[in-house]
Amino acid sequence: MHDIDEKTRKAQEAKEKKAAYGQDIDLETYCVEGECIEPLSGLGQLTQEDRSMMLKAGVDASEQDRSGSYIQKDTSAIYATSLMDGLEVLPIKDALKLDWVNEYYWKLADVGQDKYTARAYTDLHNGYVIRSLPGARVTFPVQACLYLHQDALSQNVHNIIIASEDSELHVITGCVSGAHVIKGLHVGVSEFFVKKNAKLSFTMIHHWAQGMLVRPRSVGVVEEGGLFLNNYVCMKPVKSLQMYPATRLIGKGAVARFYSLLVGHPGSELDVGGRILLNAPQTRAEIIARAISNGGTIVSRGHLAGDIPGIKAHLECRGLILNGGDILAIPELHGKAEGVDMSHEAAVGKINQDEILYLMSRGLSEDEATATIVRGFMSVDIPGLPPDLKNQIDTAVARTNQEVM
Amino acid sequence: MLRIEGLQVRLGDREILKGVDLEIRQGEVHILFGPNGSGKTSLLMTLMGYPQYRVTAGKIVFKGIDITRMPVHERAGLGMGMSYQRPPTIHGLKTRDMVSICAGDGDQDVEALASQVNMADFLDRDLNAGFSGGEIKRSELLQLMAQNPDLLLFDEPESGVDMENIALIGNAIAALLERGPTSSSGACRKKMHQGRRKMGLIITHTGYILNYVPADRGQVLFEGVIACRGNPQEIFQTISRSGYQECIECMT
Repeated sequence: MHDIDEKTRKAQEAKEKKAAYGQDIDLETYCVEGECIEPLSGLGQLTQEDRSMMLKAGVDASEQDRSGSYIQKDTSAIYATSLMDGLEVLPIKDALKLDWVNEYYWKLADVGQDKYTARAYTDLHNGYVIRSLPGARVTFPVQACLYLHQDALSQNVHNIIIASEDSELHVITGCVSGAHVIKGLHVGVSEFFVKKNAKLSFTMIHHWAQGMLVRPRSVGVVEEGGLFLNNYVCMKPVKSLQMYPATRLIGKGAVARFYSLLVGHPGSELDVGGRILLNAPQTRAEIIARAISNGGTIVSRGHLAGDIPGIKAHLECRGLILNGGDILAIPELHGKAEGVDMSHEAAVGKINQDEILYLMSRGLSEDEATATIVRGFMSVDIPGLPPDLKNQIDTAVARTNQEVM
Repeated sequence: MLRIEGLQVRLGDREILKGVDLEIRQGEVHILFGPNGSGKTSLLMTLMGYPQYRVTAGKIVFKGIDITRMPVHERAGLGMGMSYQRPPTIHGLKTRDMVSICAGDGDQDVEALASQVNMADFLDRDLNAGFSGGEIKRSELLQLMAQNPDLLLFDEPESGVDMENIALIGNAIAALLERGPTSSSGACRKKMHQGRRKMGLIITHTGYILNYVPADRGQVLFEGVIACRGNPQEIFQTISRSGYQECIECMT
């Protein structure tokens, strides 16, 4: 009870608290009351429009090659199912009735961080809890869709993802807005727990409407021998997106890798970071970002901090400015002990003309050559992803590429 | 046929070609000699259509079409192809995909082509990323094999190649130019010549390539003009013996 009071107090205090980065949002402009939407008994009941929107963010209504699904439309969880033993997929509002879930709820993220975390606590709509049980190998991805259909809504979600000891779990989350949404706000708190010797890959694909404001708040922890791959793709226009996911490596040999692919369109403001704290021996971290500004503004932040000799961390940010626009790369390394091995490289520029001409001399037109180079720029090899998931990301990237370039 | 008439080219504010005349007839292979900085690579880049090489006078006619102002990809479409000395690395583009791009609409067995030039293991690597000198040459050849152009421009195709791979590269170039050992078997010399349609212009410093690719003519480019024309073997022997001194004397 004391715990709840404490959170309520923090939320109250942080109600007006601006975030450290990104433009400030007047939360009152967005309504928190969503229409109640009836649950589905199967994804076959989705309308054709909803299906095709979801597919754009990698969520496949056929559920082929999926281990489970969670679908939230506006404020309502309309579908949650696990297709595999050893895997749990639950709407968080139901899950919070279980004692074990409360051991994870708001354990990493801080209610009082800013007005967005506060709102996710006070006006929680739903979200998912996805857990792989000890030893389970959930090789097909679990798909989750946070779908915003109602205009001018503030969708507030909280997700908890747990890869138990010695398990393997892959999650693909598609955040999509409906074709008629002009503006809206998405606030999403996510907490990741990668237990001893577990492997978790989490891939988030954003496919928002042009007027959307997006404030994800993610925190993770990786225990001994664990591996956490965190991939983020945002290539569609969005009005303002600000996030700075952080992960702590607390067990010996834990590894985290963050990959992000960003495209900033005219009128878009993206402020995307990644922070990994290496607090245990033999831990390793990598943050890789590819940003293309097509006329928008992108801030690509990266922060690596290590306090144990022998840790290894690398940060890489490459930016491409195509049609004007603005890219600010801020790589930060903080070594707090002798014997840490930390490095970064950042480069911002335009497409090398020689590369375009080289491809043209093999028969491609200038536009085709440019598209080929951009596709290559955005194709990052992510070690440790199952080939199928890699294909899905590639397909999602290619689809968006085609649509927006 | 390729015909170059009075070609003058500027790169930045420097005039690098000062009136080049050159004709390569169908089925002919020419060797382009010349000291460093004489304009050999510039000539090839100009022929391929690189816009930083600005044509200020003269013209280039290929297959009867004036291509002097034609963009690079249209020249490629017309049947021109080039093997670069130092091609750029393209991150995220697999060598395999580049070979498919080269093949265009043509149906090519990428694996089979790659194994001919020992490149099968490189197909899934990013194009030219971390390739050694010799690997770059083999990659360029592989691309040209898929592209199958009618006029092939080679910029020092054997530089940086180890002795073991020289024969491989030499024979592959010969095959591309329809002069491989296999293409001449059984036919009389006259017929062999008539059957050849491919044209080639090869820059070489070492001359090794002459051991594998029978060439029809040699040209020496010196300070932006063709200073000497003749039998490629003879020119090479002269250059090997006394450098480009004789060319200079010949000109003055």
